[in-house]
Amino acid sequence: MFEASRLHKRFGQHVVLEDVSLRFEAGRLSGIMGPNGAGKTTCFNLLTGRYAPDRGKVTFEGRDITGLPPRAIARLGISRSFQVMNLFDDYSALDNLRVALPETRARGLSMLGAFGGETDVLARVGLAGKGGVKAKSLSYGDRRALEIGVALAARPRLLFLDEPTAGLGTEGTARIGRLIAELKRSITIVMIEHDMKFLFGLADHITVMHWGQVIAQGTPAMLRANPWVRRSNLGQLA
Amino acid sequence: MLLRTIGGWFPAPMLATFAVFASLPFWIKGVGLYPYLGVEVMIWVIYALGFNLLLGYGGLPSFGHGAFFGVGAYAFGLTQLHVAPSLWLCLAAAILAGGLAGALVALFISHRRGIYYALLTIAFGQVFWFVAIKWHSVTRGEDGLLNIRRPAFLDDLHALYWFCFAAFVLVVVLLWRLVNAPFGRVLSAIRQNETRARFVGYHVWLYKWLAFTVSALVAGLAGGLFALAQQSAYPNVMSLHQSGFVVMMALVGGGLVSFWGPVIGAALFFLARDLLGAYTETWLLWYGLLFMAIVLFKPEGLAGMFHVRSKPAA
Repeated sequence: MFEASRLHKRFGQHVVLEDVSLRFEAGRLSGIMGPNGAGKTTCFNLLTGRYAPDRGKVTFEGRDITGLPPRAIARLGISRSFQVMNLFDDYSALDNLRVALPETRARGLSMLGAFGGETDVLARVGLAGKGGVKAKSLSYGDRRALEIGVALAARPRLLFLDEPTAGLGTEGTARIGRLIAELKRSITIVMIEHDMKFLFGLADHITVMHWGQVIAQGTPAMLRANPWVRRSNLGQLA
Repeated sequence: MLLRTIGGWFPAPMLATFAVFASLPFWIKGVGLYPYLGVEVMIWVIYALGFNLLLGYGGLPSFGHGAFFGVGAYAFGLTQLHVAPSLWLCLAAAILAGGLAGALVALFISHRRGIYYALLTIAFGQVFWFVAIKWHSVTRGEDGLLNIRRPAFLDDLHALYWFCFAAFVLVVVLLWRLVNAPFGRVLSAIRQNETRARFVGYHVWLYKWLAFTVSALVAGLAGGLFALAQQSAYPNVMSLHQSGFVVMMALVGGGLVSFWGPVIGAALFFLARDLLGAYTETWLLWYGLLFMAIVLFKPEGLAGMFHVRSKPAA
């Protein structure tokens, strides 16, 4: 469904990604893990159009999307959430979702029409009844849920989640876990995650990155057995 | 349902604003002022509301907006002097010229943000001002166009007032609609989080470009009405300090938190000019101090104090 081959990216002298190839199959939840600075988020930024890769190719459903701007990639049905929260803070939770609806996007240049639209995303991400609350007034856990909700409101076929549990406690993590488990049934998901237990419990396929390179790939079971992963201390947590 | 729709198109602050200006000719002399003041305030409110589409909704600071007001005024005058003395043609020329000038400038600045955006608007504003002063054969230099005439049916001050009032009502209704339509809501979303707007699929540049163009078009209309009312067009309205006035009006009134902020800000500005101005020639000093006090202590402006944050239209 989504394929990236031989991606390279450097910022100045610093090589951030080197020869990274990834494949995300439709209907699966693919995970990307690795220590801080491994290049996971940079990888997401290349895949969703924030930066263009220096070399390499990205295809979605057979179509070359390398170097396309974020808006073009979004319009193909690819959504993403962010590690550091990126919401429309002065808008209510519901309006955050409304802005992201494909219907709003299609009529975005309308200067006299009505802004609105209903969506079930509010309930799906556990914010039923909080639609009128401004995003900046929501609790941290609710904001993390809304962060996913905005990505979801665009009705993507492929959803990139960048550390959806960042900063959350046990309870908040469990809530996001339930949400992702539910989403996984209908949407292809790619997720960066620090919390190994969390990731191993949800992912069908995992890519391990280190120093800007892919060091291992496979199912959670395969990775548990992988000596490289064991030695890098990543597998012990799982 | 119908009531909600009506409330969406014509909210209470709008009706209150219209009530004030519709009744103004009947009481303004009673409080020691004069109806022409109402004309001036309405023209500047139109200008300031269009400006606030950029500043308040788009988060795009333009410090050279006088350029488009001036272009509108000159377009009105030049069309009357050289093409045909038709009121409608002149006004259309003012709107079109303001919009075109804005569209052109926006081409060069819409990919910028923050301080760079602000500096570029100043630079472009100065270019227009300079052209107005130096292109003597067309603009008559520093004196400007002094022989613009009002059509016979607007010679009477009251007729002029009601004509401007009609334009005022039209602009206020349309701009209110615009900021609550998908375009205005998306523009505001871009101000709140440009990155997210991109990743949701919006062509951010296009929205910024359009916002600037619409804003300049409204300034052009205001400039045209100004030329009509003032019977002249001169470069001073394009100067940096006149461009600053509209920024002050929007900020003092509370344009950052309320659609209606610029209405309060423009009215206050002219009241300060006439009331403080009656006592001291340095009224701008006091007004400027007020501006600084508000920016320091109440950045949301006067509208922010009353918590009249405009609710979205249904």
